[in-house]
Amino acid sequence: MLPRLRGARVTDLIGLTLLGLLLIWLAVNFVKGPAAFIDISLIGLTNGTIYGVVALGYTLVYGILQLINFAHGDVFALSGLVASTVIVSVLGLDEGSSALVIIGGLAVTLVVIMVGFSLFNASIERVAYRPLRNAPRLAPLITAVGMSFVVENISLALYGVNYRTVPNLISHSDVIHIGGITYSWSKASVLIIVIPLLVVLSWFVRSTKQGKAMRAVAQDTEASAMMGIDVDHTIAVTFLIAGALAGAAGIVYLMQFNMRFDTGFELGLIAFTAAVLGGIGNLSGAVLGALCIGFIQAFNEGLGWFAPGSDWTRSMVFGILILVLVFRPEGILGEQTPEGA
Amino acid sequence: MTDHLVEVTQLRKEFGGLVATNDIDFTVERGSIVSLIGPNGAGKTTFFNQLTGVYQPTSGSILFDGVEVVGMPPHAITALGIGRTFQNIRLFAQMTALENVLVGMHSCLHGGILGSIFRTPKVRREEAAAREKARELLVYSGLPKRHEEQAGSLPYGDQRRLEVARALATDPKLLLLDEPTAGMNPQETATFIAFVRRVRDEKQLTVLLIEHDMKVVMGVSERCTVLEYGEKIAEGTPAVIQSNERVIEAYLGKGAVG
Repeated sequence: MLPRLRGARVTDLIGLTLLGLLLIWLAVNFVKGPAAFIDISLIGLTNGTIYGVVALGYTLVYGILQLINFAHGDVFALSGLVASTVIVSVLGLDEGSSALVIIGGLAVTLVVIMVGFSLFNASIERVAYRPLRNAPRLAPLITAVGMSFVVENISLALYGVNYRTVPNLISHSDVIHIGGITYSWSKASVLIIVIPLLVVLSWFVRSTKQGKAMRAVAQDTEASAMMGIDVDHTIAVTFLIAGALAGAAGIVYLMQFNMRFDTGFELGLIAFTAAVLGGIGNLSGAVLGALCIGFIQAFNEGLGWFAPGSDWTRSMVFGILILVLVFRPEGILGEQTPEGA
Repeated sequence: MTDHLVEVTQLRKEFGGLVATNDIDFTVERGSIVSLIGPNGAGKTTFFNQLTGVYQPTSGSILFDGVEVVGMPPHAITALGIGRTFQNIRLFAQMTALENVLVGMHSCLHGGILGSIFRTPKVRREEAAAREKARELLVYSGLPKRHEEQAGSLPYGDQRRLEVARALATDPKLLLLDEPTAGMNPQETATFIAFVRRVRDEKQLTVLLIEHDMKVVMGVSERCTVLEYGEKIAEGTPAVIQSNERVIEAYLGKGAVG
């Protein structure tokens, strides 16, 4: 018993030291430039929110099927690319359009993309995963990798290798401008779109009949079927929701960054890391994990004093994934509460 | 002519080379309490799993209330009126007791996705009624309080009672109980036997239970069927079964007879 206890203490000590150093590093950076620090935190919050929406798609599906849906990141990327077509070619929005037209246009795009991609995601489930429902776990996992390539190549075939972008539709004028701190409407729009979605999702899972069915299937598929829950239907609903979230994430990402066919690969990995970090299967955990990664990335790339810089971002994010898997495989909030919003 | 709620004919289930259910014929009279007994590995739970659609039989037919259920998905069979509990308690441990029962009512609620998103008055009324009914069922099943507690944190006996309440919530005609008294003390077992009889009488149910405890079998069931290695070796009233040579042999081994 004693050596184990001592071992645990040593790990704790190392962990606490690292945490202390991290806090000191953040504090020094804050003192050196408070305005820049808050600016950077807001960037982290915005990006973390986008990662969170994608991470929710992974975690919802994992919670119910114990399947890592590798195709999810690519569905996200394709949704962003299609959104760019809708915004630029179909609706013809540009910087000159009036505010009302832009807001209306974006709302239409959001609805069209969310509905379209929820159906697209559910079709993937119907075609690729449902036939493997009773197969060994490895089979759907490999199919998911295959689906990821299929969707990525659909994006490549439709949009080529170039980055797609949309005009700056949302004014870059500031919502907040205090001292040196600025927060633009363009960044705020992410929160304006995403937060209501998260509230609705959380309410849906917690309080509706369908949500209850989702939680029941996540906890015990067979017992749920015995309770009269149509398991296939419930899984289809889960993929519909995940697809809608991927669509919403695609649009908000497109408003911030350029996208191309392979954007979903790396962002998918980051979002998946976020889901694992928070505790896969746990909805709040996915958002929390994504915010952590958003902040890590922003601080690492933005802070002035002894920040490792953007070359190190990936190493750090995936290094954290490894550390989490080694020391706390159940994630920050734990995975024992599937769909526990 | 007797009224059969369940009529199983030539039911066969093979897992690779293993015959888990070997051409069993079996009937359950409406309103009766029937026990399914047999040594471990005799195929009792496999039999339950075929009744409920979890396993597809290799061949044979299962008529439930006149409807062929072989080939139907489990949720559809539940909707027809078969409710069950599990050998190892399988509650939704991270939901409250009340939610567990509400999940059981799932197929009885009609509000679709749109209804639950827009909270139509009809859906709200239905939900309120369901909660009320769920609470009544919990009390009925011997859980007067702790409705808001996580199912996983309830004491063992209460979890067993909750599983029955959840099965009753599906509004079954046939209640399947898989070793319901496992782990109960004699006192709890006696209470449980009385409860099963009361449920059968008050809710006009038919009960089919898997049981190891011969005292329970004798105390509660009107008929027993004995399985061994996937085959039906005996059938009849508990008293007849108890003195059947093959049954004693199956349970106690050869040489125990005479």
